[in-house]
Amino acid sequence: MSADGPAFPEPRPGATPTESASPAQTPLIRLIDVNKHFPIKQGVLFQKQVGAVKAVDGVSLDVMPGETLGIVGETGCGKSTTARLIVRLLDPTSGQILLDGEDISKHKGDDLKALHREMQMIFQDPYSSLNPRKTVGSIIAEPFAIHKLLPNRDERKKRVQELMDTVGLNPEHYNRYPHEFSGGQRQRIGVARAIALEPKVLVADEPVSALDVSIQAQVLNLLRDLRRDMGLTLIFIAHDLSVVRHMCDRVAVMYLGKVVELAPSDELYRFPRHPYSGALMSAVPVPDPAGAKRERQLLWGDVPSPANPPKACRFHTRCPKAQEICSADEPLLESKGAVGLTACHFPLTMDEVRLRLPPALTAAAASEDPRYSSSSSASSSSSSASSSST
Amino acid sequence: MSDPLLSVEDLRVEFHTEDGVVHAVDGISYQVDAGKTIGIVGESGSGKSVSSLTMLGLTRTRTARIEGRIMFEGKDLVALPDEQLRGLRGNDVAMIFQDPLSSLHPFHRVGWQLMEAVLTHRKVSKSAARTRAIDLLELVGIPDPQRRVNGYPHEFSGGMRQRVMIAMALANEPKLLIADEPTTALDVTVQAQILALLESLQQRLGMAIIIITHDLGVVAEIADEIAVMYAGRIVEKAATREIFTAPEHPYTWGLLKSIPRLDTPRTDELEPIAGRPPSLIKRPSGCFFHPRCPYVRDAHRRIDPQLEPLPGQPEHRVACLLASNVRADIWRGLEAGEAPSTLRKLAEPAHAAAVGGSEPATTEERG
Repeated sequence: MSADGPAFPEPRPGATPTESASPAQTPLIRLIDVNKHFPIKQGVLFQKQVGAVKAVDGVSLDVMPGETLGIVGETGCGKSTTARLIVRLLDPTSGQILLDGEDISKHKGDDLKALHREMQMIFQDPYSSLNPRKTVGSIIAEPFAIHKLLPNRDERKKRVQELMDTVGLNPEHYNRYPHEFSGGQRQRIGVARAIALEPKVLVADEPVSALDVSIQAQVLNLLRDLRRDMGLTLIFIAHDLSVVRHMCDRVAVMYLGKVVELAPSDELYRFPRHPYSGALMSAVPVPDPAGAKRERQLLWGDVPSPANPPKACRFHTRCPKAQEICSADEPLLESKGAVGLTACHFPLTMDEVRLRLPPALTAAAASEDPRYSSSSSASSSSSSASSSST
Repeated sequence: MSDPLLSVEDLRVEFHTEDGVVHAVDGISYQVDAGKTIGIVGESGSGKSVSSLTMLGLTRTRTARIEGRIMFEGKDLVALPDEQLRGLRGNDVAMIFQDPLSSLHPFHRVGWQLMEAVLTHRKVSKSAARTRAIDLLELVGIPDPQRRVNGYPHEFSGGMRQRVMIAMALANEPKLLIADEPTTALDVTVQAQILALLESLQQRLGMAIIIITHDLGVVAEIADEIAVMYAGRIVEKAATREIFTAPEHPYTWGLLKSIPRLDTPRTDELEPIAGRPPSLIKRPSGCFFHPRCPYVRDAHRRIDPQLEPLPGQPEHRVACLLASNVRADIWRGLEAGEAPSTLRKLAEPAHAAAVGGSEPATTEERG
């Protein structure tokens, strides 16, 4: 299928799919062809369904125990819906979600409650996700109340204060209210509540995007430490690609309800195969004025409506490499000889990647990655010349 | 060289509230030349938005006290009567706000809102204003402007709404455009489009841009000069490249080291700035940054540093009490991946004296 351009170089020998999980392990979470369609209804008295927003459309993913999986994409690509499906805050329309081999996609009532001891979520907005009329102590103790754990008041308080200490809050502030805390501290309260029951899986939906830069780093470091100390499996959703790279072992790129690329973090950021991933990388602002003045591969237009997505490859309407087959045959998410998986008929070649990545990134990757020096050196020399001339 | 287009001189904005006086902006000065872009960077509550709202007279309330001068084409915007300021606002000076959805009127057609901007300042017919509205939509890259001009804001996507906001700001070809977090609510792909649009419009129309943001990546892309604000003051101001390659203020270092970057190894630890921004009612003594500064000395708790040019570099100004050779050593250490806690010793007087040499290590004792 990928008959255009020179064949891309072989993946680096010894490159493993994830850093923290060996391929032999069984996945902790499996999504098998999961769909979530929100009905669009019309009519006043007798509402009839006239269509569906395909928020998540046939997503299959494996999450290894102990790894951090990132999900990136533009607004409306289905990344938050996927997160809510995994934690089962939403019911999937079809498909299977397995946790430790058990299908949890149809869990209800007590089963669902038990499931939430294993999986917890951290939300984006630290202001609206905490009840303003409850003290911090009772907010963090709520999971214990719901699951009827630690009935002894003193024990419960002691545990809550331990949790506050773990996330870097002053345990003496037990009786304060959320409004007395800053945004970063509130996010810590949310984290303390999420880890109270020592879950296996933590799903963080844009956990730092509402925070100031200096505070953002504090929360990111906290999540990294918790993952290490508690052996958490983390699903991390963010629109900031630099943050995702920093946090995640593997990254799934979503577009209009589908996963279009799934690759280990380092691989994705050095050698994105899907043109959409390439466009995302090209758009990232890099705090390096030397690299800023690059020729950008900008993606024009808006994301098409998920109620009426383009046929076959959903990216073909905005893709610079699209050909006839792209609007006829849907590409499958498969290995194109690279380490990761890509759903594209015409994956990016090394030269195209060089055009898209910020020079600072290609320069940093070139020193470690032989593929940057092995293939045609014309564009690499021009990019290094431009970065050194400034 | 001729006078700058805009010159902010020792601007102070205070708000008198029940809790006390909020010192939102505390004596900032900067200039912008026509066709140039200055980036104002800082966290929430650093006064970056208040300073620009003041330029348009949008902070003129009963509780506010505004001092200093904002000279724009020979007129002082602080002292200008409301009537004259209204003639300027949206005309020679225009602003783009962060949230395009709440800045557009949901009941009025986009075209009418654009026409209004034209009709307020120009004596033209409605049909001429409508033609202008369509031209503006085309200018900012909205497809099918003939049809879209009749649309309502809810029919536009976030990026398209921000384009409408930009079109509205450009309606009267302003000489100065103030963009307050213009891309914060947008996806990276759309952000890149908007930044490219602003740059090409600037080249075509020759306007000056003040871009206010917390995102260092965004200013690196677009600004010629950057002012870093902390607690109502400018703590460092320099050409964009200087800020990123040779920053001088510990707060700027903190900002640069607390963001994950695409061009450093993934395993690099982030070094967050400890603590949180100070209250603007009860501000710290001495250097406002001292409670969060890893390199703080006793004297920094008493002495208030002034924004002063670096020796030999009049364009690079910094408000820090550390000796400049010490700062250079610390930044070199940070760049090499050392933690602030281990570099702290460089700020000790013994070390400063040892390496002091020709550079007198007296900055610390000044005042």
